[in-house]
Amino acid sequence: MLDDVVFWALAGPAVAAAVMVFRFASMARATYALLASLLCVGGLVVRLGLDYLGVVVVLMMTIEMALMGVFMVMFMMNPAGLMPMSMLHNRRGAAVISGGVFVLLAAGVLLTPWPRRRGEPAADPTKALGESLMGPHMLTMMTLGLALFATIVATVVLATRRGRYDRFGDDLRARRAGDRGDGGDGGARVRGGAGP
Amino acid sequence: MTLELFLLAAAALFCIGLFGALTQQSIVMLMMGLELMLGGVILAAAAVWHFVAPAATDGQVLVVLAVTVMAVEMAVGFAVVTALFRTREADMTDEAAELKE
Repeated sequence: MLDDVVFWALAGPAVAAAVMVFRFASMARATYALLASLLCVGGLVVRLGLDYLGVVVVLMMTIEMALMGVFMVMFMMNPAGLMPMSMLHNRRGAAVISGGVFVLLAAGVLLTPWPRRRGEPAADPTKALGESLMGPHMLTMMTLGLALFATIVATVVLATRRGRYDRFGDDLRARRAGDRGDGGDGGARVRGGAGP
Repeated sequence: MTLELFLLAAAALFCIGLFGALTQQSIVMLMMGLELMLGGVILAAAAVWHFVAPAATDGQVLVVLAVTVMAVEMAVGFAVVTALFRTREADMTDEAAELKE
């Protein structure tokens, strides 16, 4: 009984907030609606007995949405929604596709003969997860680690202002970059212009 | 509280996110749709772990994977938006379409 109440109290707002993400005119409100929805997901994960992973989801989403708010203000033309405008394309097609996907998924959920619950969760699921990640699932863990490292490199490369042409000028095979070691003049010496 | 209810809620989150990712023109809003879809995946994986195979840790590992994918998607997405905006002041998917030329 209590489980049911908790489920509806978390799943209802999760779905409702998810809908509101794309209905609010203000981007800041949309961000907070997304945060509310994902916090409810985190709560449901805790409710399912995965305390550690649920708390990870909650903490990560809080920080992520704070960052997202900063990026909204930086990049969006209408972050506060003061001039309501439609920034949508292909509404009908998207509605058909996502509705169809939902019908398919719901049919699969309801028609599949789900197996009965086998076994009991470990006394400490977090410890079991850690032992599994450091044991039989080590390959997963190493792949995730490499992917995260590649992400760090890729984001810095993408977001940096100076690329290799700024450093080397037209001749990428030059042995030395035109800028100083501390990254000073942005390759101006190679390009023959004055520094910025 | 049954597995079907959890999976239906996860499917609803996934499809709302899919709708947003397909309709939104602004890249940041599109990423919010992707986040919602991944939230649905996390919920479904946790529910399957709890209701079907709680003794195995595979469901938990799947949640870890989805959380990592979320972080990577967010970081790379913002880096791409920064690069796009820096070169051509674009923050909409349609403006970025000329990338293909």
